[in-house]
Amino acid sequence: MISYFQDYVTVGAMIGLGLLLFLVFISLSALLSPKKPTPEKIKTYECGVDPVGGGWSQTYVRYYIFGLLFVIFDVEAVFIFPWALNLENLGYFGLIEMFIFIFILLLGLIYAIRKDVLKWE
Amino acid sequence: MSFSSELLIKVLVVLATAPVMALGLTLLEVKGSAWMQRRPGPLHVGLRGFIFPLATAAKYFQKETIIPKDVDEPVFKWAPAWVIAAVVGLFTIIPLSPTLIVRDLELGVFFLLAISSISTIGVLTAGWSSANKFSLMGGLRAAGQLIAYELPLILSVVGVVIQAETMSTVGIVEKQIEFGFPFVIAGQGIAFIIFMIAATAEMMRTPFDMPIGESELTMGFMTEYSGIRFLIFYISEYINLFVMCAIASTLFLGGYHIPLLPTEWVNFYGPLVLIGKTFTLAFLLIAIRWSFPRFREDQLQTLAWKVLIPLSLLNIMVTAIMKVVF
Repeated sequence: MISYFQDYVTVGAMIGLGLLLFLVFISLSALLSPKKPTPEKIKTYECGVDPVGGGWSQTYVRYYIFGLLFVIFDVEAVFIFPWALNLENLGYFGLIEMFIFIFILLLGLIYAIRKDVLKWE
Repeated sequence: MSFSSELLIKVLVVLATAPVMALGLTLLEVKGSAWMQRRPGPLHVGLRGFIFPLATAAKYFQKETIIPKDVDEPVFKWAPAWVIAAVVGLFTIIPLSPTLIVRDLELGVFFLLAISSISTIGVLTAGWSSANKFSLMGGLRAAGQLIAYELPLILSVVGVVIQAETMSTVGIVEKQIEFGFPFVIAGQGIAFIIFMIAATAEMMRTPFDMPIGESELTMGFMTEYSGIRFLIFYISEYINLFVMCAIASTLFLGGYHIPLLPTEWVNFYGPLVLIGKTFTLAFLLIAIRWSFPRFREDQLQTLAWKVLIPLSLLNIMVTAIMKVVF
């Protein structure tokens, strides 16, 4: 049980280290760098030319459907890992069960491809 | 040694190692690129140009950090923190030897896959908060690419987990030593290729650098960043390169082990072996960068969804059949 908590503490410490690096970098730079903003300087850079219109423009977000597909397959991965660990014990039963599972998911992917939602026109 | 002092030492070692590795890889990148193009590369900054990365980093510390007036300030300012926290967190599970590891997590590989997706948030918020059309587009492209290639990355690792019957990174290396062959030879060759392609895409390196394609999006989600925050994005990119290559060598190439060397000295040669393998893989990625043109956005997504994901599912099935039947 102690080792279980130590896992979490270690992970927390490492992610904390990343944040610490960020803060150290930022504060070092704040000490060393000049800070003289002028109206021209703090204008949005975009591509070097003065920006036309605001930063918010409407585009066709097709990433939505990809996001949905991603969630499905990501959850699948969560189910696959425990199965992969125990495959030896589960034997043929586990094998066939998981094949049915993967097959259904593949059907979903094929359906998405056939419905042209993955097309980029 | 007590747990807390051991943890402190390990954290300090990582604190020292991570930026050094990033600088080393930056040097390899600029010099390697130069050699591949038959030019000398950086030459004038001290020691025949070999302290160039250090000078670049020092330069960024002194540059003014411009925060454009239209940006969503808190989100904009903290976006690089997500990225660097995620990549530094990944150092937890890189084994330099059976004992030289920050923490041999039981869920090692799973932790890798979970933490590496945090940087997607950083990239997306950076693009979103920049108040810049191109940044927004770059951020969306980056997010789309990161999630699309995350799946082959995850699924290609499942094959390794099936063969090794463990998710701990040390356990996976020990299994390869027991086998006598690294997994790239012993059945996971295709998985290794899928993993490397997906990892390249996750790092947004050429040929998968559509999100920061400079000819159309200036610098993608990083356009509005300057000074230290740009450096943080830049340095995390190279830390990520190190981590991904280190993980790939651990999972597929036998990690810290090298045949014929006595295993009781692994604490001495292990780190060198792993770093050597890592830099070899990184050099391979640099060579790929100068050999292939950039993928178009639709080709990118097609490759991930129609080729890599079905292929990695197939790899899982074949590995599982081999495991159960034989």
